[in-house]
Amino acid sequence: MSHGPQQPTPDGGPWTGRPVPRVEDDRLLRGNGRYVDDVALPGAAEAAFLRSPHAHARIRSVDVTAALAAPGVVAVWTGADVAHLPAMLNREELRTPPGLAELLDPYVAITPMPLLATDRVLYVGQPVAVVLAENRYLAEDALELVDVRYAPLPVLVDPDQALTDGAPLLHDELRDNTAVAVATKVGDPDAAFASAHTVVSEEFRAHRYVASPIETRAVSAQVDPYSGELTVWSNTQTPHRVREATAHTLGLDAERVRVIATDVGGGFGQKGILYVEEMLVPYAARVLGRPVLWREDRNENLTASSHAREQIHRIELAADAQGHLLAVRDRITVNFGAYNMTGLVVPYNSVCHLLGPYRVPHVDIDVVGVLTNTTFATPYRGAGRPETVFAMERAMDRLAAELGLEPAELRARNLVGPDEMPYATGLVDRSGKPQSYDSGDFPELLRRAVAKADVEGVRARQREGARDGRLVGVGFAMYIEATGLGPFETARIDIAPSGRVKLAIGAPSQGQGHRTSMAQIAADAIGVPFDVVDVVGGDTSATPFGVGTIASRALVNAGNATHRAGRLVREKIIEAAARRLGVPADALDLREGVITSKTAEEPALTLSELAGRAPLPGTPEPTDGRHGTELSETVHFRPPGFAVSSGAHAVVVEVDEHTGETEILHYVAVHDAGVIVNPMIAEGQVTGGIAQGIGGALYEEMVYGPDGQPRTGTYMDYLVPTSSEIPDLDLDEIHSPSPMNDLGVKGLGEGGAIAPQAVIANAVEDALRPFGVVVRRGPLSPSRVRDLLREAGRPTAAR
Amino acid sequence: MTTYLATPDPATATHAAPPPLAEPSGWHEIRLTVNGAPVTAQVESRLLLSDFLRDRLRLTGTHVGCEHGVCGACTVLVDGEPARSCLTLAVQCTGAELRTVEGLAPGDAPLTPVQRAFHECHGMQCGFCTPGFVMTATALTEQPERPDAADVADALSGHLCRCTGYRNIRRAVCQALDERFAGGPAGRGE
Repeated sequence: MSHGPQQPTPDGGPWTGRPVPRVEDDRLLRGNGRYVDDVALPGAAEAAFLRSPHAHARIRSVDVTAALAAPGVVAVWTGADVAHLPAMLNREELRTPPGLAELLDPYVAITPMPLLATDRVLYVGQPVAVVLAENRYLAEDALELVDVRYAPLPVLVDPDQALTDGAPLLHDELRDNTAVAVATKVGDPDAAFASAHTVVSEEFRAHRYVASPIETRAVSAQVDPYSGELTVWSNTQTPHRVREATAHTLGLDAERVRVIATDVGGGFGQKGILYVEEMLVPYAARVLGRPVLWREDRNENLTASSHAREQIHRIELAADAQGHLLAVRDRITVNFGAYNMTGLVVPYNSVCHLLGPYRVPHVDIDVVGVLTNTTFATPYRGAGRPETVFAMERAMDRLAAELGLEPAELRARNLVGPDEMPYATGLVDRSGKPQSYDSGDFPELLRRAVAKADVEGVRARQREGARDGRLVGVGFAMYIEATGLGPFETARIDIAPSGRVKLAIGAPSQGQGHRTSMAQIAADAIGVPFDVVDVVGGDTSATPFGVGTIASRALVNAGNATHRAGRLVREKIIEAAARRLGVPADALDLREGVITSKTAEEPALTLSELAGRAPLPGTPEPTDGRHGTELSETVHFRPPGFAVSSGAHAVVVEVDEHTGETEILHYVAVHDAGVIVNPMIAEGQVTGGIAQGIGGALYEEMVYGPDGQPRTGTYMDYLVPTSSEIPDLDLDEIHSPSPMNDLGVKGLGEGGAIAPQAVIANAVEDALRPFGVVVRRGPLSPSRVRDLLREAGRPTAAR
Repeated sequence: MTTYLATPDPATATHAAPPPLAEPSGWHEIRLTVNGAPVTAQVESRLLLSDFLRDRLRLTGTHVGCEHGVCGACTVLVDGEPARSCLTLAVQCTGAELRTVEGLAPGDAPLTPVQRAFHECHGMQCGFCTPGFVMTATALTEQPERPDAADVADALSGHLCRCTGYRNIRRAVCQALDERFAGGPAGRGE
């Protein structure tokens, strides 16, 4: 699949499905991006946050006298100064969907995070004070002068330990350190386990790593002296939620707050939640009566913005002699860090994605989210799915080994077939409805991945033995992903007098190319050329309602809202043209911005002639007593259920027995995200997701010492892969349109990131099979691979 | 990003001294060329080149991603060589000739072959790391001879991208090199 340079030819065919080059690029390539820190706010003060150096401590005193006297300092606030503000972050994410509450009765403990810590700090990096100064240099100078006295308390880093009787309580109001707990059962798993031919039991750990967007978090704010409106620039994925939360915290009407997230330098989930800094900067702008800016540094981003992924799975599979799965049991522990920021989102995603593409008659899963003295953990690209796929796909390989089957063959025997769609798993989905896979062809995904992976070649090389200590292995992993999360997304379309189309969507872009793909959808729906569509996203003044770009949902929800709004506007255009021309509406057609008569040869009217020659701009004619027939529509698309994407990955690796280094020889990814709007953008999303997954599989880990001190606080220690580590990928795709929406699309922003950890672990274990090594956790860095080999009794190169 | 009210035009400006960054600290007058225009400014010793470009000259195309020299987003060309402006002090640049992404195709000028290649190969998503990559790739295309594959790999490894998975960035750089060195060695993939 190559998408070289090409210009689309507006031949009247659909824009959807073409690799249209992105309209956002030109601006970004000239250095004209408008990221938060690029917006000039003359007279702005800059904020810097004092953060806890302790993982758990009581605050005995805070003295800001010296800091206040420092040059250029405008204000210094501690927890006491802002304790009157009612902070309640991430309310939407913490809410248990009613259906889920009714059916499973989950436990969810709410642990509100103070804007600034008052009596206790619960993780290294927790904000304790904020300094506002004439510039960042002076603010950071003054931070050093804030005198905080701490009394250290016992530290909990390990989630198992945090659940033991007598463990110190992180939150006094809770009965223990459990943040969430939910259990679910299908069929009679105990009986199935008792009667099984083979049972495998393993413990797998998904390790902690972080989204690490190259643009760190940032927020700035000013009160418009003319309108009195509070304007907030935030590099958030969810501007409307920021607006609601800011208004709530500051006691304003949401309509008086405007949140702008124009260019965002990557989000990946880390910018999909609300943070205290995001609330305090607008507060400061109001109190100080001048603009205020804060931009996070990289150390803050690594240690104090949300983490992800850390889970323990104690998983058991029961199978018959042929390898058919009879039952799955899993006890999942999720390390939440110090605060419950997003409730059931990650744990329940892990539960309801565990079975993946496999048919499992009996199921027994429970999950607990545990509070520890580490940075809070929230969704990151995949949001609970990479972790659960790691556990399930590792367990499938252990089962295959136990039964003496090829791992791909074991998978093939257990896949749900395309003729079984829609397929009900027996579980409940995240919205509380019976879980159903809407469409897909899992056997075809696997067949293609197997065909590309050259299993026979790898097996032949394995029979020959290691060459120069280099061991080859092949692995497979499959996943499903519920995409297009609701509750809704908004699109508003206006036809300007010039005939240009203004499309405003609620979901901002963090690099996903919404301006291009949404314009493709709008152009098709209305019947106008692609290049007359201007797309605005990420500005709450453009659409009063919206949710955001999270959870592989933007194309499904904003895309279908755009499509519907476009079709409605198209109807209005044709009706207005019919009145103008005195012909029946069904005699007219609209293509590429030209209204034609289906019978006549000549074009009847252009859209700009229709919209421009109007008593009001964009208002063709007031008719039948109604004043408003503007060529505008606003649609809130509410998905009826999830659009389920799926994929199969295969990888061939070579592991150097002496150095422990893993080299990826061939990475195959076959995915199914239904109808593809822009193949170039889709491929870019898949590729980027896989690269982040490879990072997590082989290099990236956020490490804590037993004292709760993060040990990977810079890019010198936290290893983000470079171009040298990420190979070219062998991509393929099938298309099972979703019946859940008009466009047939499914989300694919997260999909690429879901399988890499599992597939690479499976391949490395396959390579190390001669030594009986079992891979139970990542990342498979050279040192960890050498540890595995040493545990297996192999001498390796000295560290 | 700061309180300096001066919004200097790099083409003409001699910048007045802004409010102090801190005391005590030395002040320096620096004279340099930025995107072909002479610039004179009073700067404090500790002012980073990245902050000087972004805050004083309002050249915000140079992005700051890590402030410790790993991510490469802040890369600019100093006397033709890629340099990390977050690890360079403005005062070190006295007499230097600086180029930033804004200088490549000013105004409505056509994109340079490097910029065009990033667009055509979809070598960018969020665009935040892009100016850094583009400046390094520009320096590669300005070598007298075509850099070999190892040079290209070496140059790219100094930059982090979190969106693209790098493949399309490699393609873009190769395309730009192919275009520049059309008569040279055949364009290799990596």
